[in-house]
Amino acid sequence: MIQTFAFYLFAMLVIASGAMTILARNPVHSVLWLILAFFNAAGLMVIVGAEFIAMLLVIVYVGAVAVLFLFVVMMLNIDFAELRAGFIKNAPLGVAIAVILLAELVLGIGAYRAGVMELGTPLGDAAPLPGQSNIENIGLLLYGEYLFLFEVAGIILLVAMIGAIVLTHRKRPDNTRGHQNISKQVARRPQDATELKKPTIGQGVDIGGGEL
Amino acid sequence: MIGIEHYIVVSSILFVLGVLGIFLNRKNIIVILMAIELILLAVNINLVAFSAFLGDLTGQVFAMFVLTVAAAEAAIGLAILVIYFRARGTIAVDDVNQMKG
Repeated sequence: MIQTFAFYLFAMLVIASGAMTILARNPVHSVLWLILAFFNAAGLMVIVGAEFIAMLLVIVYVGAVAVLFLFVVMMLNIDFAELRAGFIKNAPLGVAIAVILLAELVLGIGAYRAGVMELGTPLGDAAPLPGQSNIENIGLLLYGEYLFLFEVAGIILLVAMIGAIVLTHRKRPDNTRGHQNISKQVARRPQDATELKKPTIGQGVDIGGGEL
Repeated sequence: MIGIEHYIVVSSILFVLGVLGIFLNRKNIIVILMAIELILLAVNINLVAFSAFLGDLTGQVFAMFVLTVAAAEAAIGLAILVIYFRARGTIAVDDVNQMKG
């Protein structure tokens, strides 16, 4: 009973916040609605017993991806009213495509329920072992059968990280203040950097153009 | 009683919302990227629901891979967005024709 209630709550909220994500006027609000959608999707996954993926969704999506979106939205100072100019113009086409897609999906579910296709029973080679938690089961599968795919996923993340850094890294011209010249720093010697002066009294010292 | 059909309905509605979002916000590439995230979330809900109801953990493992690819895609997409904004001063994707594609 409580599961049914929880399901409908999560399902309604995930759909409502998904709709608000694409309809919100301000992209910052869009990101916040997206975060709510992710939280509720995690709730949907928890009530079928997939705690690991649910927590991953909260940590990876809410903690990393959504915050990344938020950073970019707030960093780029954009006139968003101008960007929404085509909203009404694009609406009929978009709604038509959405309706067609939804009709296809409903048709697919209807065909499935009519019992035309025989859906196979679980093969059993990836069935969860009884008496073990969801995380243990996934770990056994991930580090066993899917080890190669797991490492490929790691490489994908590495490539994405390097790609993002390479794309956004900006090389400043050398004379810019605050620019770090590493070879110059390494080549610096104490005898070049400091010198001993013996000032005459009341004259002061000429510092010269010493470079840090 | 909640069955797999309920989950399929939720995920299909979410998927359609994502596709609709791409069409509605054709100019605003940030919202397009968010709509893609919604689509991938719908896919993940589907994978996890089938995995749970059929008693086969492969779906959850693949949901994790989908998550990985989604994170990589968001990072690269936003990086491209940032350098595009730096070069052009706008993110209106209507007039992206520098590559004459």
